[in-house]
Amino acid sequence: MAEAKFDEMDHYKQAELMKFDFRPPPTGWMDTPTDFRPGSWIYPGKAKHLEYLDLPNPREWAVTDEDWQLPKNWKEIVLEGMRERLSRYRTFKIFMDICVRCGACADKCHFFIGGGDPKNMPVMRAELLRSIYRKDFTALGKVFGKLAGGRELTVDVIKEWFYYFFQCTECRRCSVFCPYGIDTAEITIIGRELLGLLGLYVNWVIEPVANCFRTGNHLGIQPHGLKDTLEFFAEDIEDSTGIKVDIPLNKKGAEVLFVTPSGDFLADPGTYTCMGYMALFHEIGLDYTWSTYASEGGNFGLFTSHETIKRLNAKIYAEAKRLGVKWILGGECGHMWRVLNQYMDTMNGPPDFLEVPKSPLTGTVFDNARSTKMVHIMEFTADLIRHGKLKLDPSRNDHIKVTFHDSCNPARAMGILEEPRYVLKNVCNNFYEMPPNTIREQTFCCGGGAGLGTDENMEMRLRGGLPRGNAVRYVQDKFGVNELACMCAIDRATLTTVCDYWAPPVRVTGIHELVSNALQMKGAKDREVNFRLEEIEHWKQKAAPAGRKEGSSDV
Amino acid sequence: MTLKDLLHSSRAAILKRWFEKTLETYAPDASAFFDGQKDRFANPVGKALRTGTRVMLDCLLGEMDAEKICAGLEEIVKIRSIQDFTPAQAVSFIFSLRQIIREELGQELDSSRLTELAEFETRIDQLALFAFDIYVKCRERLYEIRVDEVKRSVSGLMRRLNREEEKAQS
Amino acid sequence: MRVVIPLIAVIILFMLAYFGVEAAGLQTLFGVVFPYIALVIFIVGLIYKIVRWAMVPVPFRIPTTCGQQKSFPWIKPSKLDNPSGTLGVIGRMALEVLCFRSLFRNTRTEIQKDGPKVAYASNKWLWLGGMAFHWSMLIVSIRHLRFFTEPVPGVIIGLQDLDGFFQVGVPVFYATSIIFLLAVGWLFLRRVVSPQLRYISLANDYFPLFLILGIGTTGFLMRHLMKTDIVAIKNLTLGLLSFNPAAPAEASGMFYAHLFLVCVLFAYFPFGKLTHLAGVFLSPTRNLSNNSRVVRHINPWNYPVKVHTYAEYEEEFGEKMKKAGIPLDKE
Repeated sequence: MAEAKFDEMDHYKQAELMKFDFRPPPTGWMDTPTDFRPGSWIYPGKAKHLEYLDLPNPREWAVTDEDWQLPKNWKEIVLEGMRERLSRYRTFKIFMDICVRCGACADKCHFFIGGGDPKNMPVMRAELLRSIYRKDFTALGKVFGKLAGGRELTVDVIKEWFYYFFQCTECRRCSVFCPYGIDTAEITIIGRELLGLLGLYVNWVIEPVANCFRTGNHLGIQPHGLKDTLEFFAEDIEDSTGIKVDIPLNKKGAEVLFVTPSGDFLADPGTYTCMGYMALFHEIGLDYTWSTYASEGGNFGLFTSHETIKRLNAKIYAEAKRLGVKWILGGECGHMWRVLNQYMDTMNGPPDFLEVPKSPLTGTVFDNARSTKMVHIMEFTADLIRHGKLKLDPSRNDHIKVTFHDSCNPARAMGILEEPRYVLKNVCNNFYEMPPNTIREQTFCCGGGAGLGTDENMEMRLRGGLPRGNAVRYVQDKFGVNELACMCAIDRATLTTVCDYWAPPVRVTGIHELVSNALQMKGAKDREVNFRLEEIEHWKQKAAPAGRKEGSSDV
Repeated sequence: MTLKDLLHSSRAAILKRWFEKTLETYAPDASAFFDGQKDRFANPVGKALRTGTRVMLDCLLGEMDAEKICAGLEEIVKIRSIQDFTPAQAVSFIFSLRQIIREELGQELDSSRLTELAEFETRIDQLALFAFDIYVKCRERLYEIRVDEVKRSVSGLMRRLNREEEKAQS
Repeated sequence: MRVVIPLIAVIILFMLAYFGVEAAGLQTLFGVVFPYIALVIFIVGLIYKIVRWAMVPVPFRIPTTCGQQKSFPWIKPSKLDNPSGTLGVIGRMALEVLCFRSLFRNTRTEIQKDGPKVAYASNKWLWLGGMAFHWSMLIVSIRHLRFFTEPVPGVIIGLQDLDGFFQVGVPVFYATSIIFLLAVGWLFLRRVVSPQLRYISLANDYFPLFLILGIGTTGFLMRHLMKTDIVAIKNLTLGLLSFNPAAPAEASGMFYAHLFLVCVLFAYFPFGKLTHLAGVFLSPTRNLSNNSRVVRHINPWNYPVKVHTYAEYEEEFGEKMKKAGIPLDKE
């Protein structure tokens, strides 16, 4: 063909060169090997952490390696692992058998909604395992093989599992819509356990696990470091309110042991929520203690294996017993409450050395925690407010228009929906809900739960965070919302990022940070700054007529 | 009738084909979902593709208001820049508009309209340049927030260390 | 491939029975031997499956909660979506099994243009199709009991009359037959038309669909187009029930094909996904109450694990704790 000039028609045919074919190859999904895209996967677990935890096959390897250095008998290990789990978990056995592939779950996963990778449809995530189950554990699959939906277990399958089981945040949204309640979180947990048998972990999960086992918290903060941290918070509280709060640490004979996710010790904005707890406990004169040994409420064991959940969780009851407290109070966290609500008592109970929790201020007996003896702080605070035990001025949060993100686990593995809203409405005048199909039991994940909240898979996280970010942007445009409240430490870290990309400049806050803004503490100075040490204009105006000298009570 | 008038009269058809062509860049399962699910909260990608293409086409056919056109572009590019695409793939949907318009005009497109067409396609080129800017901006943003998050994860610690240092000095 | 092979399989099965009877006169094989075999496989297979499921323990109480928990008397709990007791669980399961409640959840929000009003529409086609299919299948099955009972109980006759309420055609068209065929057809079309569903569907999704479609079509043809000897059929069914069977030569090949496809369905039942009929009752995310903080759930295989004790912790960090003034156990 002759070269066409700019103003000749033929020239424009070249536009066809821009036609790309993005459609996947016409082979079925079983025959299409996984394409490992950067930005989608997480670095593997380092050998030293596996060794510390006595986990199998510790070695240094990279996801991009051709050879993942699996044990020689890897196939046997996986199949034996499946056999064992099929006989231990009815969920696993039933979920392998009864899916009819109706497609109700297909468009419910935030990763599929935001990214469009078909293997992120929950049904497909389960099929990755189910196809192996059919081939090796069912009569039809043994006879008819591929025709019955079975496939051979190969190294490529293992790689595919690794890729996709670490693209699931175990948020259980799909389970809400499944007519049989098939829970992909359960499938992912088992899938990761099987990978774990081969020494395939991600570092962002296994390092915190190793840290937690050794030092008592995911971040690896040692006891004296934790003391420093809390003292530092106390200083900031004093700067803001003029009140010096106590820091009871490993105090024997306290009434309550307080456990919260360690994410709130180091990372903003979780730190401000942590200060919120400290201010609240001081204000009501709660006889409580922190623990350095059980300084982690969260449990990355949930993202590793059932056994690891138990190994890490054991510290909480053990410490409650050692310190001789009466009951345990838990802070704002998501997956932590899945473990505390659905696993702790079964794994490490019964805690018969504790008493049924009773609020020392209101006398309310927390009957719904009769057996575990552990109360959610949102229940505790809601009860305080209900009984008028807190002096609150919600107008102090008038500079904030807030919306509330239901964290996946408290919503779908517990059902704590009204308590946080009750607290929010009592401490803020401007509270706006996001659209109904994005909150409560239908809430969208932040995209960084279940051990995915690291930075090397940021593209993946932002895809997963799109549905949530999109709903935030809607209330931002419509009502001028400028803060997103949540009660989960992972959310506080990851939603900040999600909002930075999808709905800037909305910022993220914990509920107890808002409580602390509204809390009228006895003996406090006229506050001009919040716990972030930011000057709040309308607080200053209120404080000014009192005729205080400027900057009088700064350190 | 000018070329623009012609395009105006087939605006709906062009828009539809452009949207469909853009959807084709996704896996068929995904594009069916992005197309079919009309709820903007259950399907933010589909919503952005629809709104974005509409805003851009209106700008191309009317005033080339840079601010408006970038807003429309950003809706789409912001999403495509973090999806599984290479940079070229991410902005390729703009170039498909050329082909669509030529096909849509069909018989009407004789040699007397070539100058007009070239003019119009310059606008599309301009759009492509904007898209390039926005794509890079989004990727920069991505790396920024990655760094920000890492910083934030130890921000409490840093503040503490700084204060301790201050104290030690004073 | 995933569609064609099951389709061919069902056609072959149909021809096998049709010509087996019409050409080879294998009435006894298709009318007596296969039904007994299929029934035995069905009953034994399904019981085996359920027992196998039931033998697997439920180590953790992990219901998916879809509403407010029971906490304070002043907060209204969601009794059905987040049951705190057995009654709630029964209600939840009943709604799930009878009304397919979870599928009904597919709500969708639509923002009206230029208005602050949010309207809710719903995306309930799957729910509607599923309901139509399962319920009409149940009613059709119950209606068939008229071939197995003598005299026919009033209930069945009543149901039959209700079903033929519109009195259209001779013999009367049953509403459920039409709904049933339409629903199966729709469930099939959905699988081939929607790319999403085509991607996830397997041969063992299409096979039962074709089988059921074949059963429905042959049944419909027999009733309305190709008359068959009902008295002879009833003799066969009653004979089968009384273990004194005789396969009548009067019944048509179409009848034997219908019967054979039913037999294949019964025999296939315990092996594939059709076991969801029983499995739905055993799903731990639905059939457990959310009371794990109130009553301790027991895991029968709970085993001791290696933990890091406080003593070991103090061993490692004791010095630092002492320096920082944190109380120690030793001393």
